[in-house]
Amino acid sequence: MKKNILFFTFTIILSLYSSAQKTNNEKALEIIKKIDNNMFSKTQIVTSEMIVYGKRKKRIIRSKGYSKGKENNYTEYLSPEREKGTKMLKLDKRLWIYSPSTDRTIQLSGHLLRQSVMGSDLSYEDMMEERKLSEVYTAEIVNEDIYIDSPVWIMQLTSKVEGLAYYKRTLWIDKNKFVPLKENLYAKSGVLLKTTTFTNIKKIDSRWFPMKMNYKDMLKDGKGTDFIILDIAFNTKIPDNYFSKNILKK
Amino acid sequence: MKLEFKLAFKNLFGAKLRTLLNVFVLSFSFVIIIFLNSIMDGWDQQAQKDSVEWEFGEGHLLHNDYDPLDSYTILDGHGEIPKRSIGMTPVLERQASVYPQGRMIGVVLKGIPADQKILKLPTKKLNQNKDEFPVIIGKRFAESAKLKKGDRVQIRWRDKNGTYDANTIIIEEIFDSNVPNIDNGKVWIDIEKLWKMTGLENQATYFILDQDFRKGPFDSWTYRSKTTLLKNLKDLIDQKKASQSVIFGLLLAIALLAIFDTQILSIFRRQKEIGTYIALGMTRLRVVRLFTIEGSVYSIMALIFGSIYGIPFFIYMSKAGFPIPPADQKLGIAIADVIYPVYGLKLILLTILTVIISATVVSYLPARKIAKLNPVLALKGKKQ
Repeated sequence: MKKNILFFTFTIILSLYSSAQKTNNEKALEIIKKIDNNMFSKTQIVTSEMIVYGKRKKRIIRSKGYSKGKENNYTEYLSPEREKGTKMLKLDKRLWIYSPSTDRTIQLSGHLLRQSVMGSDLSYEDMMEERKLSEVYTAEIVNEDIYIDSPVWIMQLTSKVEGLAYYKRTLWIDKNKFVPLKENLYAKSGVLLKTTTFTNIKKIDSRWFPMKMNYKDMLKDGKGTDFIILDIAFNTKIPDNYFSKNILKK
Repeated sequence: MKLEFKLAFKNLFGAKLRTLLNVFVLSFSFVIIIFLNSIMDGWDQQAQKDSVEWEFGEGHLLHNDYDPLDSYTILDGHGEIPKRSIGMTPVLERQASVYPQGRMIGVVLKGIPADQKILKLPTKKLNQNKDEFPVIIGKRFAESAKLKKGDRVQIRWRDKNGTYDANTIIIEEIFDSNVPNIDNGKVWIDIEKLWKMTGLENQATYFILDQDFRKGPFDSWTYRSKTTLLKNLKDLIDQKKASQSVIFGLLLAIALLAIFDTQILSIFRRQKEIGTYIALGMTRLRVVRLFTIEGSVYSIMALIFGSIYGIPFFIYMSKAGFPIPPADQKLGIAIADVIYPVYGLKLILLTILTVIISATVVSYLPARKIAKLNPVLALKGKKQ
């Protein structure tokens, strides 16, 4: 009799735990989807500044980017003079760079994609990664906290597909705005590789969007790279020729 | 002929300072040519020996998709180790980044069996620490990355699916090799550990072959013999030798010009003497021969004079060696800190023959004028 009671109690606890776990996972997935809705749109036109901090001085690179869906992106660099006219086109998994000084277009593939973008803490691959978090990660709320005066969920994302650059991510998500305020990217072994902080959250066309991001390679010294959005427009029609190789000319 | 030699030596010893200067310049060319060539031969021998012992073994078997000169082929240029792999030591290459003192340096992680004996790499050290990630690196890389034995440093790599992984490696040993290919930007680790780190179990990028290897049908692999692998090195040294021959040519030309000049002057100033020789019954051909012998005797005297100071110098250099500046050692070619010259018999004989023959030729050319001299006018001392 005692054995039966014990078994019964254990089964109830287990089912309660699994249902709580399920609810947690479902809620986490729902939150991630809301983040994806905030961060992704059909099209985006972004004028931005990338500030690369060196040991002695910083470099400011201004660019204008057009993106359509997750696969297509075209960026033209506006300043400084040295980078002006450089164009970058990403179509699906292929990336081309046009350099005005040589008047040549080169396709980046393999290890070249892992190189740093103009000396920043971002690789071309990081810039190309446009897959929605909800599609490639399983999510779990691990804690709730206050992060810089904002109530946040701390969520842990674990890769559910093979071939992702980062196996695990931890996100600090603003409970009211459904945008990440901080993100830690981890290696398979659990070593922290990169940290991204999102600040200056603004409401644009009914969605909250971080206007300043700082990317920091945690294995390297330095202040990382700032990415400041000067102007952004969502779901604006972009002509198809922006996503064709013909645009990679002077 | 005996008379010509006797007269030639008598005339040369009579000229004293002029002879001494000519002999000195020619002997200097002799010594320099032999020395520089022996340095190149010494480098050739040392570089070949080191390359075989540290990098090539008896040859390589490369995966068809891998090109050692193209780092972008590392990602896909690997395959499963064939079942019949006698005399083959597998090496797996993966790209990674190390972070010494917060700086990022791109490296190639090279997995090799810790118990291998074909290369001189101290891979036994890789077996000493089972829990951590012990690695060995070369002296040049250690210097450029400011790493020393026992240092722990972060390394980041990607597994077979492209997912980042990172851990801490420990520098178990720093080896000193003259072969930059196995040193600059290379981090050697036990292949079994690299297989686990990347998920590429039983995979290799290339094999280092030993004497037991027998060629066979390896479908996905390309065989490269030791001779083929050494070809680039040999070509480079041959090219260096060819460019050095310009210096030899210039040195020899200066010495030969001095002999040529002396000959022209002798024939111009010694016309009365030439006329007397002919009047006394010498044929023009014998007089030409006398002057030619005079010129070529310079080279024999230079050989003797050069030996007096050259042989001790050569002996000293073969023991002390020729130091190579550190900047030259970073050129990416197998070159030691000190090169010991190798004096081959062929090299010495060829140099002697070249100098004697060329001295004889430049002595003969002005002497041809004697054949056209009018002996009567020559006796009268009229310049012709």
